Amino acid sequence: MAEIILEHVTKRFPDGALAVDDFNLDIADGEFVILVGPSGCGKSTTLNMIAGLEDISSGELRIGGKVVNNMTPKDRDIAMVFQSYALYPHMTVRDNMGFALKLAKTPQNVINEKVEEAARILDLTQHLDRKPANLSGGQRQRVAMGRAIVRDPAAFLMDEPLSNLDAKLRVQTRTEVSRLQRRLGTTMVYVTHDQTEAMTLGDRVAVMRTGLLQQVASPQELYERPANLFVAGFIGSPSMNFMSGALEDGKLRTALGDIPITGRLQQTLSGADVGRDVIVGIRPESFEDEALVASENRQHGITFPATIDVIESLGSEKFVYFSKEIGAVETAELAELARDSGRADTGSSAETVVARLDPATQISEGQNATLWVDVRSVHVFDPATGRNLTLEQSSGPASTTAGGAAGAGTAASPATDTATATDPAAPGGPDSAAGTGTDTAAGTGGESAS
Amino acid sequence: MAATTQQKVGWSVANIVVIVLVLIPVVWIVSLSFKTTGSITDPTYFPVHWTWSNYSGILTTSTFLRPLLNSIGIGLIATAIAVLLASMAAYAVARLQFPGKALLIGVSLLIAMFPAIALATPLFNIERVLGLFNTWPGLIIPYIATGLPLGIYTLSAFFREIPWELEKAAKVDGATPFQAFVRVIAPLAAPGMVTTAILVFLFCWNEFLLAITLTATTASRTAPAALSFFTGSSQFAVPTGSISAAAVVITIPIIIFVLFFQRRIVAGLTSGAVKG
Repeated sequence: MAEIILEHVTKRFPDGALAVDDFNLDIADGEFVILVGPSGCGKSTTLNMIAGLEDISSGELRIGGKVVNNMTPKDRDIAMVFQSYALYPHMTVRDNMGFALKLAKTPQNVINEKVEEAARILDLTQHLDRKPANLSGGQRQRVAMGRAIVRDPAAFLMDEPLSNLDAKLRVQTRTEVSRLQRRLGTTMVYVTHDQTEAMTLGDRVAVMRTGLLQQVASPQELYERPANLFVAGFIGSPSMNFMSGALEDGKLRTALGDIPITGRLQQTLSGADVGRDVIVGIRPESFEDEALVASENRQHGITFPATIDVIESLGSEKFVYFSKEIGAVETAELAELARDSGRADTGSSAETVVARLDPATQISEGQNATLWVDVRSVHVFDPATGRNLTLEQSSGPASTTAGGAAGAGTAASPATDTATATDPAAPGGPDSAAGTGTDTAAGTGGESAS
Repeated sequence: MAATTQQKVGWSVANIVVIVLVLIPVVWIVSLSFKTTGSITDPTYFPVHWTWSNYSGILTTSTFLRPLLNSIGIGLIATAIAVLLASMAAYAVARLQFPGKALLIGVSLLIAMFPAIALATPLFNIERVLGLFNTWPGLIIPYIATGLPLGIYTLSAFFREIPWELEKAAKVDGATPFQAFVRVIAPLAAPGMVTTAILVFLFCWNEFLLAITLTATTASRTAPAALSFFTGSSQFAVPTGSISAAAVVITIPIIIFVLFFQRRIVAGLTSGAVKG
């Protein structure tokens, strides 16, 4: 049990590539922190540095109050679960799980006891004398977890431990991991590229991009108050819709219509020294079929016509896709997100907007429908820096529509009760905003007005 | 893709031709070893009068038994040391980045390519001065040197196949680099080590040039070298029968060796290490 503190941790590879840049994060004792980001963002490198498998170029890493920069993994008292599980193929499950204890010269009877207890927790008792090659993927994954548990380490490090499981098993195991962490109460750092996994598992989620920490916050906070364009686009599924907009005459002009700058938008946007052109971000959950909006909520939004392309009905909700001359937004962040999600490969147009509607909606494909959008949950981003301009005094969008409420609820169900009062995002926030500014400067040229 | 009958027949014929070609000299030697001294020059491929006398002859004299023992001893010791050193070197070549790595690989390749005949005379002089001439170490040392490049090459290929994450896992589990090597990597590289051991042992077993140059008596002479010192019953008799019998005797251990380890060489041990 220990807290893990990363202070200005930087990793520069011998070839000069900067993998992790000035990473600051305090992980409290017993906390479950997720490092998430697209591939190549430096999250695994960060984890390897905590494990001691990669040297730290500069900065300081403390585990349990001790500076461990120059300690070997052996002396750091951490256990790690690898993406490939890295089970020792020539050893039985029992030997795999007991290997660390054996190296630590623990008496054999203690080893047996601990291994059998861990096997009981993970439901592996009947497999103890088998070799990894004879186990299924899920069993191997549990053996890898067991190998970490038996050691009773100061912290668990997990490097995409579920990515090799099939979809159904992944969801099950995800719950198991969460339950296990709560039961053991051990600090856990978990790396994943899957935002759903990040949202469902973590007490806090640290979003990374190109070696820079973008934002650290609770899943709910990330969803409601993304610090910048990248976080906004990365968190949430389906992801946020982005479109060009302009601030003019006290109004936010968008392809969907003019959004009056009132209430929260007024508070945050009026003071901001912004150019006329902005990027507007609207979550699919913020849309609703105009016919289904309660009359008392109608005043909080605007309506607009849309020709519906495709409807995907999931029973509990309907995803509605429509095209709009929204002025596709091109920035480095969004291009990276598109690559990461595979959208760049499928050729799906950025001009498509997705809305998540109440299943009761009668809208059909090809229909000219009238949709309503809740303007209270609209995010406005600075196209140059990617910074979220609506953030400062925002208190989070009120759950006005059924879809919106359900979305917010399910996206972050088990981990919304976390203490973020100390606002851990503070150290990472300003830094990252400045960082992305330089990154995106090149990309903003492509931003076109509608 | 299913092979057509024509293809099957074609390949079968080709295989049979190759096998027959390879086996003709072997069978011939075996046949000669069973012929009586008088019938050696008979124009028959198989012996007319079978005899064990060639075998009983060589297996009762110390001029063959002692060299056989030398061959086994020298071969095993040289193989063990060469594989041990080669596995460490190969591990370094496969896993570590260090200055002079390319040079190390280059030099080991150079040793493998150096013509042995050019080394025989200098080695003879050096060993005479050092007192290694006509001793077991006198042959073991050059055999290790020649076996190492082979070992490093074969083993580094095997080490590269072993997932690096296993080693990371061992490190996180609290193993020192040496423990990780001995308890995790080396057991997994066992098939590679066996392969290498067979190759090095075969080389030591069959080596003739250095064996004849660096030995003088049966104290250290190996079996292939001893064969050349066989004499007939009189000085005018050619010891063809004895040499054939000895050749058969020294081939048998090799055949057993390869048959025994063949499966192990082919079978990979790494399945189950990572997802798959």
